[in-house]
Amino acid sequence: MASSASTNIPQKPASSTNPALPRLVRLALLVIIDAAIIWFLNRLVTLGYYPLAAVFLVILLFVNVVLLRQEAYPLRWMIVGLVLMTLFVIYPILFTVWVAFTNYGEGHLITQEQAVDQILQAKYLPETGKAYSWTAYKSPDGSYALWLKDAEGSTFLALPGEPLSQPQPGEAGIGELDDKGIPKTIEGYQRLNAIVAATDKNLTQILFGEEGTTIQVRSPSEAAELLPLYVFDAEADAMINQQTGVVYSNIRGSFTSPTGQQLRPGFIASVQLQNFKDFFVSPALRGPMVRIVTWNFAFAFFSLLLNFSLGLLIAIVYNEPGFPFKKLIRSLLIIPYTVPALITILIWRSMLNPELGVIDRALENMFGWAPPWFTDQLWAKVAILIVNLWLSYPYFMLICSGALQSISEDYYAAAQVDGASPWQQFWNITLPLLLVAVGPLLVASFTFNFNNFNLIYLFNAGGPPIAGTPTPAGHTDILISYVYNLAFSGSRGVNYGFASAITIVIFFIVGTITLFQFRYTRMWEEVSENV
Amino acid sequence: MSDMGTFQQLRSSIKTRRKVSVALRLILAVFLIIFSIFPILWVLSASLNPTGTLATQKLIPDNPGFGNYTELLNSTQFPFWTWFGNSIKIATITAVLSLSITTIAAYAFSRFRFKGRQTMLKGLLLIQTFPTLLALVATFLMISQVGDIIPFLGLNTHASLILVYLGGAMGVNIWLMKGYLDTVPRDIDESAMVEGATHWQIFTRLILPLLRPILVVVGLLSYIGTYGEFVLARVLLKSNENYTLMVGLERFAGAQMSQRWGVFAAGALMGALPIMIIYLILQDLIVGGLTTGAVKG
Repeated sequence: MASSASTNIPQKPASSTNPALPRLVRLALLVIIDAAIIWFLNRLVTLGYYPLAAVFLVILLFVNVVLLRQEAYPLRWMIVGLVLMTLFVIYPILFTVWVAFTNYGEGHLITQEQAVDQILQAKYLPETGKAYSWTAYKSPDGSYALWLKDAEGSTFLALPGEPLSQPQPGEAGIGELDDKGIPKTIEGYQRLNAIVAATDKNLTQILFGEEGTTIQVRSPSEAAELLPLYVFDAEADAMINQQTGVVYSNIRGSFTSPTGQQLRPGFIASVQLQNFKDFFVSPALRGPMVRIVTWNFAFAFFSLLLNFSLGLLIAIVYNEPGFPFKKLIRSLLIIPYTVPALITILIWRSMLNPELGVIDRALENMFGWAPPWFTDQLWAKVAILIVNLWLSYPYFMLICSGALQSISEDYYAAAQVDGASPWQQFWNITLPLLLVAVGPLLVASFTFNFNNFNLIYLFNAGGPPIAGTPTPAGHTDILISYVYNLAFSGSRGVNYGFASAITIVIFFIVGTITLFQFRYTRMWEEVSENV
Repeated sequence: MSDMGTFQQLRSSIKTRRKVSVALRLILAVFLIIFSIFPILWVLSASLNPTGTLATQKLIPDNPGFGNYTELLNSTQFPFWTWFGNSIKIATITAVLSLSITTIAAYAFSRFRFKGRQTMLKGLLLIQTFPTLLALVATFLMISQVGDIIPFLGLNTHASLILVYLGGAMGVNIWLMKGYLDTVPRDIDESAMVEGATHWQIFTRLILPLLRPILVVVGLLSYIGTYGEFVLARVLLKSNENYTLMVGLERFAGAQMSQRWGVFAAGALMGALPIMIIYLILQDLIVGGLTTGAVKG
């Protein structure tokens, strides 16, 4: 191997550890990358996307350190992978962790800054304050204009959505003034007499002037400028209603009055451990949560047990060398595994369809009864286990037949000498040795099924529903599909905060199982020994 | 003295018992095969059934024909070839890029010794156990923000979907490749090193050719995984002409599965076919790869 290798590789003096050309190329590349990321960062900050900007800042620093420092040479080999992982795996995880400690969700989707801006838009018509006397004009198409006169005698023309102006007669269609200094006509409008104007219900609804200084008709004799309804007291972190004087203080992302009234919109705020408390102790959620967690473990366990048992059975039964049609049988039996899961789940869903599906029709014809696969909680669970069995047994068949090959014949020969029955041979030789070989794959399969969102979601979306739960939950929901309902279905309002908290609980469960598996398979030690 | 008569008897009885056992096992095989291929046959029959609804389907349709296929391929609402093309494109690009990136990274993990190596390897494994479904919210927000600045990497683009797939597959694939690389003897590198070869030369000219079998397996598994993925694709892709086949099928199933069951069946079958063929042809290769640790189902 070594001699053939030497012919392939151009000879180089051993001293040239760091050739100049690659170095220049690397520096040029770095300059281009830096320029691109800095431009991008600048745009992110301008648009106010701070968390993402922080991630790119970290990436920028990391790329520079790795490409400039000689000690970081090994990392240059994995830099693309690490950057992609940071963006699409680590950042989303950190985001989820952050969200788990907030009330992010329906009614709390924006930042406090944005919410304050929105609330400060609200205006009210003060009882006192700067007032004008007014005269109204109406156009044939139903729009209005106001002629205003303030206490000092200055006059203004006010139109909805336009700034106040001070035109003289002859300008902007203003006609001749009458003896009170009010235009007799305005082009395009008809002057309303005082009684008609005072009884015109539309008139009091209209906001004149542009945003910021809006004027509204307050009484038959007066129009007044609207004032902001709320003032934000940053120090007290509270909104004060200018009309009533009520103080709305910030309680968990909503400005709330002492009587419990909340201002809309709310905003994202920290709720500390509340989401986790809800998960573990909330009495309203306790019922469905206990059911979901129990079924989640049961589902993963029974799936593994059934799928592995059938796979192993097939592997053992057809393991014998020279069994007729062995290859054909195997090819036909792995077919379920070769179809994309989404397609098979949808096919099963239609085959088990009540009334219309083939299985239900066949059972109806034979027994006059078919299980209610979608409406009864027990049968729904059975159906899911059957579908999962169909999806997964070929996988176990494949890995088991692979592992069976590796068990030495000597064990069986020795057992036969001792007169062990086939049954005893199975329990005492085959199974233990097989479990050693495929153990890690079984654990991986358990954790996969523990989070088998696709199956639950595509088959029946967790149905049938559990009655009377505060958030929608079904009898076949597992944690991850329940999380999906909370975060995305939104029929009773999305709740990312709570959904994220459950995600973290799942992570701890699955992470613990995985760590246990590493211990068991000594993967950790393997990593250490190699160093 | 051996009694020839008894021996003969014993042999013939073993023979008969073996025959019975083989026969029983073949009968069992027939049942198992029915269980495993019935749904596929059922879909095949549905796709050939001209009445096209779920309720009217029989296993052997009355007037079989390719009506559903013609309808499928001419439908604008169900643009099969566009979706299929999208799926093939995305799966191919993802598999090729993912292989390149992870192989290079795995080489470094396998051959270099550096500070933080162990921590990074363990970290990779642990991170993979995080259920990424919820990370969808963050991914979605991120892609939509990036799209405000660079539209061709934003929502409803295949490029963004490919990037997200690449990021998600890193950990598992790096471990798979590293495991295989560790079994390639280091003597090879060391002797080349003595000759003055750089790491890059060793990697591309010596190691890479040796990796061909595992590259094929990891590439195929990544291809198949991407082809069948639908949750991310459904969240990130918005318009009908950008859907992958899985997203298209899922949407179609949600909307009008039982009325246009025949068309759906035709689409499902044609969508499943490429992957079925890959599996059946490369069975042995893939089985080898499965036992090294990739999990589906």
